[in-house]
Amino acid sequence: MTAQTARRRSPIDWVDANLKWLLTTPAVVAVFALIAFPIGYTVYLSLTDSARAVTRPYEFVGLDNYLYWLGDTQRFWPAVGRTAYFTGLALTLELALGLAIALLLRKTFRGQGLVRVFILLPLVATPVAVGMMWLLMFEPSIGFANVVMDWLGLPAQGWLSDKDTALNTLVFIDVWQWTPMVVLILLAGLSTLPEEPDEAARVDGANAWQRFRHITLPLLMPVIVAAAILRAIDAFKTFDIIYATKGRGGGSNNEAETLNILAYGEAFEYSQYGRASALLMLFFLLIVIVLAVLAVLRKKGNRA
Amino acid sequence: MTVASVRRRRRDRSARSVLRIAGILLVTLAFLAPLVWMLAASLKSNLEIIDPGRTFDFTPTFKNYDTVFGDQAFGPFIVNSLIVGTGSTLVALLVGVPAAYGIARYRIKNATVFVLLARIIPGVSLLIPWYFLFSQIQLVGTYLVLVLTHFFVTMPLVVAIMTSFFEGVPEELEEAAQIDGTSRIGAFARVVLPLSVPGIATATILSFIFSWNNFLFALVLSDQGTRTLPVAISNFTSYAAVDWGGLMAASVIITVPVMIIALVAQRYVVSGLTAGATKG
Repeated sequence: MTAQTARRRSPIDWVDANLKWLLTTPAVVAVFALIAFPIGYTVYLSLTDSARAVTRPYEFVGLDNYLYWLGDTQRFWPAVGRTAYFTGLALTLELALGLAIALLLRKTFRGQGLVRVFILLPLVATPVAVGMMWLLMFEPSIGFANVVMDWLGLPAQGWLSDKDTALNTLVFIDVWQWTPMVVLILLAGLSTLPEEPDEAARVDGANAWQRFRHITLPLLMPVIVAAAILRAIDAFKTFDIIYATKGRGGGSNNEAETLNILAYGEAFEYSQYGRASALLMLFFLLIVIVLAVLAVLRKKGNRA
Repeated sequence: MTVASVRRRRRDRSARSVLRIAGILLVTLAFLAPLVWMLAASLKSNLEIIDPGRTFDFTPTFKNYDTVFGDQAFGPFIVNSLIVGTGSTLVALLVGVPAAYGIARYRIKNATVFVLLARIIPGVSLLIPWYFLFSQIQLVGTYLVLVLTHFFVTMPLVVAIMTSFFEGVPEELEEAAQIDGTSRIGAFARVVLPLSVPGIATATILSFIFSWNNFLFALVLSDQGTRTLPVAISNFTSYAAVDWGGLMAASVIITVPVMIIALVAQRYVVSGLTAGATKG
């Protein structure tokens, strides 16, 4: 080190030398304090019989809580089924509709900007308020949904209040709110696709369906899978619209009780903290497994 | 090509464009009509709401809004949501923007795993330990706890959006500034940050919207004094007879601010929502 640089040593140089850590340390501390530590604590609680008051002493019970849930065919397994059903159906519909709408809105037309703003609105609307809005729309005697059914000559439905249709109605609400998300992502993806392959196929006489099936779809696949992963993560954890429209336990027959609703109720309505924590670990494991499968699909899609 | 085939193609094309216009109208109607209908219901008397025959035939009144601000005293809940949304957004920007710059410039790979993890973790599994911890130090029901917990929602958004933004800012700009004798931190503050206004605007808007819309954390961690709007609205249905007009007015009050933001800052909202998803 020369005398000159040594003389110029100042706090600024120290900041520069350690910039990487100075920039990221606050975030790392925050992530640790608010996420990593609580997760560790949840794992710990899942192995205890903590319940009722948070100050009540609790004991280590090993894997009892996990065994309790895995053997629970009344609430746990039906909730697993409903979570899988809700997520699977919502995801499928949102991807199919989202792709169709994105292709519809792809080419420029008069009023395109306006239409794109309109489809943004469900997406930013507060989910609880969206739930309330549909609660009235689907109200069996005064709601608009049964007016429409009447116009179509179809029988009136119980919608959210009927235990057989509640979950499907919730899927509908989720599809209404989140399909625009898929549309926006796919539109962004479509705008980055190269035009040459499509042009070449057109010159070769391929029709619109063939060009979509063999050119646009494969090129867009990585974006579709990315959208699927994002939507799957949120659909699994859907809470607001279910809790707002069906209340505690997903309705009086638990007809809309997904894993998230069950875990919430166990923790904050029955104060079974140990059990709820174990349930959340199982839930987390389920999400990770599904995402791993989607990630593998994504890799395959990228390679193709 | 024969005249007939040209004519047929033209007819096909015009038939297709009619279908396309019909499709676009249908899509717009499907997403917009329920919101318009909610707005209409909020301007109806309860007598008009419970009569499905009067869906379009009603005399607009602001009575429901009077109820929401009067009997239900919604004013303070709006202030609470504003405080928590603004607070958690500011903290997320202060912590998240420098971190995102660090991640982008020093190519910290593991960081994206944390952002993804924060998205995957069910909120309830953080809520239990938070509730344990915060109730023992008697912080449940304070703004501090709500800001801190909403920070879990806002910070991953800020980091994800800003990282992808900073990766798009050419490093040559900072190098040029450093050759001119500016320190690295100085280059960040004086060269990169001013260029990052669009990215920061996107991150700010999105994180405010997501905090404003968050229901779960305040449901457990707020009290009567700090209750946010989504929790206040959910309490509407716990009465025996639902006041539909008031409920719709309250729903309009909570959704209108975010919708205005989305309308005014459409470009930012769209780029924030799709950030990361299209990069493969």
